[in-house]
Amino acid sequence: MRYSGLRVITEGLFGNKGWKPAWRDPAPKADYDAIIIGGGGHGLSTAYYLAKNHGMTNIAVLEKGYLGSGNIGRNTTIVRANYILPGNSEFYSHSLKLWEGLEPDLNYNVMHSQRGLINLFHSDGQRDAFVRRGNSMVNQGDDAILLDREGVRELLPYLDFEQTRFPIYGGLFHPRGGTARHDAVAWGYARGADRRGVDLIQNCEVTGIDVQGGRVTGVQTTRGAIRAKKVGIVVAGRSSQVAAMAGLRLPIESHILQAFVTEGLKPVIDHVVSFGMGHFYISQSDKGGLVFGGDLDFYASYAARGNLPMVEHVMEAGMTLMPMIGRAKVLRSWGGIMDMSPDGSPIIDKTPVDGLFIDCGWNYGGFKAVPASGWCMAHLMATGESHPVAARFKLNRFATGHILDEEGTGSQHNLH
Amino acid sequence: MRLTCPLCGERDRREFYYYGAEDYLNRPAPDAAPQAWDDYLHNRDNPAGVTRDLWYHDMGCSSWLVVTRNTVTHEILDVQAVADRKGGAA
Repeated sequence: MRYSGLRVITEGLFGNKGWKPAWRDPAPKADYDAIIIGGGGHGLSTAYYLAKNHGMTNIAVLEKGYLGSGNIGRNTTIVRANYILPGNSEFYSHSLKLWEGLEPDLNYNVMHSQRGLINLFHSDGQRDAFVRRGNSMVNQGDDAILLDREGVRELLPYLDFEQTRFPIYGGLFHPRGGTARHDAVAWGYARGADRRGVDLIQNCEVTGIDVQGGRVTGVQTTRGAIRAKKVGIVVAGRSSQVAAMAGLRLPIESHILQAFVTEGLKPVIDHVVSFGMGHFYISQSDKGGLVFGGDLDFYASYAARGNLPMVEHVMEAGMTLMPMIGRAKVLRSWGGIMDMSPDGSPIIDKTPVDGLFIDCGWNYGGFKAVPASGWCMAHLMATGESHPVAARFKLNRFATGHILDEEGTGSQHNLH
Repeated sequence: MRLTCPLCGERDRREFYYYGAEDYLNRPAPDAAPQAWDDYLHNRDNPAGVTRDLWYHDMGCSSWLVVTRNTVTHEILDVQAVADRKGGAA
């Protein structure tokens, strides 16, 4: 069923009785050409592009819970392409271009809103670093505008510009940055994949990966064994557990990242604002809630909930930057499980097991990468070769020294 | 989350700095194979459950500690000073 304005009107006239479920609920077959483990944003987009770009439709996505029940449903929805390093820069640029065409492509409203992203700086040295970042973005073909203090004041008059600890010197404005409706991204890709014949199998937990003679032959699941010559692991925070089923030990440590949302307010924050010195970033959802977050809790965790010290730190940072939000009541907070890599950049690569591929290490930047990650993972699974924009996301780059350490913080997993 | 430092007693999590998995205590020999160094620096078991990791009592006694804890429940099971372990800091 194609969605359109006419369809909405027609259904409205006839009691909305014609709507059908957006995807089927098939039972797993015994055999597929390819299996994707993980029905989150990256897994669903991988399935969609395998079907759309490579004509592989005899494939299945296996999800242990319900579609979109992991980090795609629990993030702060920011979309941007403001990376410096060759390897990262072209990848996120590609992803942003896919975002810009995503809604007509999927025939689904993902509420992609290019409201502009502003990264604030607070010293001359930081301004120089942002000039460099902005130039890298422009060289990549994306957009960046350096704003001085008055330029920022025009866009964000509500900030506390005169604060003593981090006075605001200016900001790097990325007009094409913005947000999207996180769940809708998963649903749009799920519906798109399903319409092309992909089996989306929920409540189907993978319990083992079958390897014979160094080749993957299929998976064991809570709904029986399923054979496939190609298997992709796309499970974010659970990457280490699933990879261990095939005897792999990954350069990943899982950490908790908290985020918060307030009660709905009238429009007050028109952009995405990031306050790096205070570890704080914020936007306002279309429903009116202020959506904000900070840094990791800093210790390895799978708890999907954080501790109070980071809650306090994030609130303090928010109050330092924009005291006007102090009376907004926080409705809820949550924690996502981040697959932190030793250099802060992701992995989209083959594994030492033939036919087994992995897409992980998204740290806390996975949401904006959903389209390009699926695009490149699908390319890898279909052709056996890395896509050019993801060619540096190698699994063995830590051993070979080809790291992509965007922030230059070294090999400690939680520092990125 | 509160950690019981062997020297200082039970303290707030904020007094401690988390460094990483216990693997950091098993430093390879200088002439070990590159794979051993890759494992030491980058690769992790990353268990969902009981783990052992290194913490530093930053705002306390400056001890390096090995904390045994559950990554799913945040329960702290044991805290030992690295210096008290058999063989010391290795």
